[in-house]
Amino acid sequence: MTAPAAATPPPIELIGLNKWFGSFHVLKDIDLRVREGERIVVCGPSGSGKSTLIRCINQLEKNQEGTVRIHGRAYGASARENDAIRRDIGMVFQSFNLFPHLTVLENCTFALTWVKQTPKREAEALAMEFLTRVRIPEQARKFPLQLSGGQQQRVAIARALCVRPRIMLFDEPTSSLDPEMINEVLDTMVELAQSGMTMVVVSHEMGFARKVADRVIFMDQGEIVEEAAPEAFFTAPQFDRTRLFLNQILHG
Amino acid sequence: MALMDSTATPGAPARYAAFFNNATVRSVFYQVLTLACVVGLIGYLVANTIENMSQRGMSAGFDFLGVSAGFGIGFALVPYQEGDSYWRVFVVGIANTMLVAVVGIVLATLLGLVVGLARLSSNWVISNVARWYIEILRNTPLLLQIIAWYFGVFTLLPRPRDSLGWFGGFFLNNRGLYMPAPVPGDGFALTLLAVAAGLVGAVLFARRAQAIREATGRIVPTAAPVLGLALGLPLAVFFVTGAPLGWDNPQLRGFNFVGGLNIPPSFCALIIALSIYTSCFIAEIVRAGVQSVSHGQTEAARALGVPPGRTMRSIILPQALRVIIPPLISQYLNLTKNSSLAIAIGFPDLVSVWMHTSLNQSGRAIPIVAMTMGFYCLVSLAVSLLMNQYNRRILIKER
Ligand SMILES: Nc1ncnc2c1ncn2[C@@H]1O[C@H](COP(=O)(O)OP(=O)(O)OP(=O)(O)O)[C@@H](O)[C@H]1O
Ligand SMILES: [Mg+2]
Repeated sequence: MTAPAAATPPPIELIGLNKWFGSFHVLKDIDLRVREGERIVVCGPSGSGKSTLIRCINQLEKNQEGTVRIHGRAYGASARENDAIRRDIGMVFQSFNLFPHLTVLENCTFALTWVKQTPKREAEALAMEFLTRVRIPEQARKFPLQLSGGQQQRVAIARALCVRPRIMLFDEPTSSLDPEMINEVLDTMVELAQSGMTMVVVSHEMGFARKVADRVIFMDQGEIVEEAAPEAFFTAPQFDRTRLFLNQILHG
Repeated sequence: MALMDSTATPGAPARYAAFFNNATVRSVFYQVLTLACVVGLIGYLVANTIENMSQRGMSAGFDFLGVSAGFGIGFALVPYQEGDSYWRVFVVGIANTMLVAVVGIVLATLLGLVVGLARLSSNWVISNVARWYIEILRNTPLLLQIIAWYFGVFTLLPRPRDSLGWFGGFFLNNRGLYMPAPVPGDGFALTLLAVAAGLVGAVLFARRAQAIREATGRIVPTAAPVLGLALGLPLAVFFVTGAPLGWDNPQLRGFNFVGGLNIPPSFCALIIALSIYTSCFIAEIVRAGVQSVSHGQTEAARALGVPPGRTMRSIILPQALRVIIPPLISQYLNLTKNSSLAIAIGFPDLVSVWMHTSLNQSGRAIPIVAMTMGFYCLVSLAVSLLMNQYNRRILIKER
């Protein structure tokens, strides 16, 4: 550990993470350290604990053992402190989870109003800026369910970005989309990656992983089995489990 | 117009065919035909009925409404004496029915809310108690429940002398429930005025808070000030003006109580049975409403750092209410209509004093039945009209 690294603590640090659902051991001794601006893609078979892992990062799930530190701050002191830490992290869900009774614009300004205490006009201007970035400013006055799946997911990305998080988590953002809509969402994510955002993405989109990931992590049965740069990961996986999995998703 | 303008000159039969093939023309034709049939049928029935009635010396007119009814009514919300007119009896019946409906709706809603939330509890005992409460009570006939409460509980209570009593002012016996009656003194009007002022003030404060938030972003806490204005202000005025409200306690004189408010056993039994029965349906509606909002909504709000209270108020409740309110209103209508079962235990609601006593006594079946049906119909229509307005307003827009 060198001095400069200690001066700027890493955005995400998971140390000795263990989690159980009842008697079921979902996460086993997870250690993970994500550098500033690093893009990580997590993959692995269904039920291997990928969602649980990234939900531990913003504490939507609580880990029973181990430490989660965000920019050097550990969760657990108080609910208020946890909320403050969480505000640095945006999250995009597989099922969008937009608020259906609010317009697209209101979805984006909601947290600005109630969390960041931003004046209405400023909040709307900011929301429009991000809606423009995900290329749907013209849908601002519509309701989420009036949009296509791809458009909804882009609104969800804009909504998460509005509060200016320094870390973005994506849990299978494209797996509930029709094939023709996947690319519009991935393009948005690629642009975000190019802007230098720290990202952890659970995804089986291997094209995306090759294009933007700094590291690919393979999980199986609650463990991190293998982690490597995308090129090495896809061309020369070290473990049989990884090879089996890659065969399945590439040729299955 | 299209027919006239056509350049071709079809022969007469072809023109008729074109005319009858026109969709608008045909639909108008069938509507007129149907209307004519309906009017003809009604006319025939009315003529027939009037002829039959006149043969038996009955009249369909409303002239009897001004005649003195001449029977007593055991419980009347609006003042009534034996010599009053039939019209007055009608009004008394409506007032009593509305009283049962309003009190029943309030109690059923509170009870339903508690049972519905209990049903959702993660505690096994609580959720199962709620489940059996619902299953047993909503699958037993309401009439049976009303009769059980009346004959099985309220008429078996002790005589007034041996009343069950609480706090020196509440007494329960086989003549019903006795409780203190409020007697407003001088200056009580000021308190009422303060209630109105407090409500207006609370609304204005909430608006102001919203304006400040939109302009500066600052979130002004509203819960405490709004409560203070709506409740605190009237209370303060009440005590400053010297608490001008007396209580008339019921007193045992000889064999019975005098003074205070008396709620007859039939009213107690009816209200309890109606609210418990309806609360089962309301509980299920509340449960369905809460469950209809997916857990993803809460998680999305949490991931954005929104505090739980705000999530509940702005995200969960508005979505749950959309699912809850329409069936809830229809349960309110059911309760109002079910209150006509009051006749089984002699509570003088509209059906009992009007459709039963007045009809038997005056023999004016047609106007009396028509007026009763008219009342229930009017209530239902008014409610469903409001309902449609509400539904249109809150509809979540989809593709
Ligand atoms: N709330 C919960 N209660 C109990 N078990 C759970 C819960 N959430 C997840 N699990 C279990 O934990 C395991 C890991 O779940 P997780 O959702 O993290 O898997 P995943 O890798 O994201 O799978 P997928 O690719 O299907 O999304 C699964 O076996 C799942 O059944
Ligand atoms: Mg998952």
